[in-house]
Amino acid sequence: MQFFTSFMNALPGAIAQGMIWGIMAIGVYITYKILDIADLTVDGSLCTGGAVCVILTLNGVPMWIALLFAFAAGMIAGFITGVLHTRFGIPAILAGILTQLALYSINLHIMGWGTDNFSKSNLPISVDKYNLLVSARYVRNLAINNPIWVLIVFLVVIVGIIYWFFGTEIGCSLRATGANGNMARAQGINTNPAKVFGLMISNGLVALSGALLGQYQGFSDINMGRGAIVIGLAAVIIGEVLFGKLCTGRKFTFAYTLFAVAAGAVIYYIVLQVVLALKMPTDDLKLFSAVVVAIFLSLPYLKGKHAAAAKKKEVA
Amino acid sequence: MAYMLELDNIHKTFNPGTINEKIALDGVNLKLNPGDFVTIIGGNGAGKSTTLNAIAGVWSVDAGTIKINGTDITSLPEYKRAKFLGRVFQDPMTGTAATMSIEENMAIASRRGKKRTLKWGVTKEERAKYREMLASLGLGLEDRLTSKVGLLSGGQRQAITLLMASIVKPDLLLLDEHTAALDPKTAAKVLEISDKIIEENNLTAMMVTHNMKDAIAHGNRLIMMHEGRIIYDVAGEEKKALHVSDLLKKFEDVSGGELDNDRMLLS
Repeated sequence: MQFFTSFMNALPGAIAQGMIWGIMAIGVYITYKILDIADLTVDGSLCTGGAVCVILTLNGVPMWIALLFAFAAGMIAGFITGVLHTRFGIPAILAGILTQLALYSINLHIMGWGTDNFSKSNLPISVDKYNLLVSARYVRNLAINNPIWVLIVFLVVIVGIIYWFFGTEIGCSLRATGANGNMARAQGINTNPAKVFGLMISNGLVALSGALLGQYQGFSDINMGRGAIVIGLAAVIIGEVLFGKLCTGRKFTFAYTLFAVAAGAVIYYIVLQVVLALKMPTDDLKLFSAVVVAIFLSLPYLKGKHAAAAKKKEVA
Repeated sequence: MAYMLELDNIHKTFNPGTINEKIALDGVNLKLNPGDFVTIIGGNGAGKSTTLNAIAGVWSVDAGTIKINGTDITSLPEYKRAKFLGRVFQDPMTGTAATMSIEENMAIASRRGKKRTLKWGVTKEERAKYREMLASLGLGLEDRLTSKVGLLSGGQRQAITLLMASIVKPDLLLLDEHTAALDPKTAAKVLEISDKIIEENNLTAMMVTHNMKDAIAHGNRLIMMHEGRIIYDVAGEEKKALHVSDLLKKFEDVSGGELDNDRMLLS
């Protein structure tokens, strides 16, 4: 009974947080699935988005503009990873790690803007003093200020824009770049800028998610993006495993897939709440996440191997 | 009269200065007239595919100039040369994007050499055109416009790649052993489609093949390469009268009596 009440209490928060991370997961989907790049920049750019949004809001910038700047900051982070990868030939994973590492210092400085030593690892922002779009304070309210409504609108608009973009000629050239670089070049697509642009969109979304997360939890923190890539991948995989069959063969397959990814993030956070309600120490959460994602990532491979072995047996 | 393709003294060495140094192209000269369809044969490492890759710009050449229809493209990157070229590769996986649908693949090809904008990627009018083009293949693909290309067989993928290579008429069509990975029956069908597309669009084409019979039966000109050079170049009636035995003898003459390629003998 105690498990049930504590779980039900935490459920609205899990849903809201899952939706915020769902935006981030859509960003990860763009690099991991469409561009076929595992981009580790996101661990840093999530915090960048949060830091930029909070510091600007604290300095009197209107909240919507702060969100826009957070998005732009993420795009710059993606641009740097993209240039390191395409112009300087650094493997994509390493390029992402380098940017992520550099962002650690930069994020400290962003949050320390205006302080004496120009560095801060945590920056609180109060929903009482500032006009914030989403806040955990109201997540259990049955009213219009409940962040879940706003987040639904956000997700629908983002999925709509991403769906439209990847249906355009430029969007198609990005998809071709990720699907088959040789084919793309043979058809006159300059694959390097395509990759850079994809990384920019992805990290823009990740930073936007970080900005919303900062508002929602009421602070930005230097560690808020730690392990973000794992949560993003978990959402992508959960969405694929649970809703993959439902999504294919429809008219708007791609839009459904993006919603499935966001739903994957929500499910991830609900499962997390179950685990927490079962009294797992919070210190072990990251270990738990890593193990779950490792299992899900290896499933398709093991399944394929198993099927091949079964076939061999049949032939023999 | 302008040549469609001019290769002037092309040189390319891979891994220069290392133990793996390999002179791949050692002064290749070739001029193609508009409408020429040349087949290229030669042993392994003779420079056949390397010549096609040099034209396509997969890497830049060490020396020499490449002109297409009068334009010097020697220093252009691969994606810019695509404007002039249609390409079909040996591996059926290379020419198409597996995770995209047939119509999306064709739509990408139909924008080759044009500016890509924020207009919709596949339009309704295009769809009707693609359906017609696919129907002309006779492979039953016209009703599968939205199928992922990854679900298709190698032969089907090569046929679609051929359509994609010619959807915007290229100045030069490069076929790089595009039937080598297919079973004999499918290979024959894909060759038949190639002939048809080249003839209908009056294309200038180069086809690398290991099959001497195919090299004689197709096109109006035949060249043989050896150690990065063109060692034999024959066209017109003389080419039509060739037999496989002639080619084998020619090969033995120029290469000092060694014929080390079983694939050439068997096919």
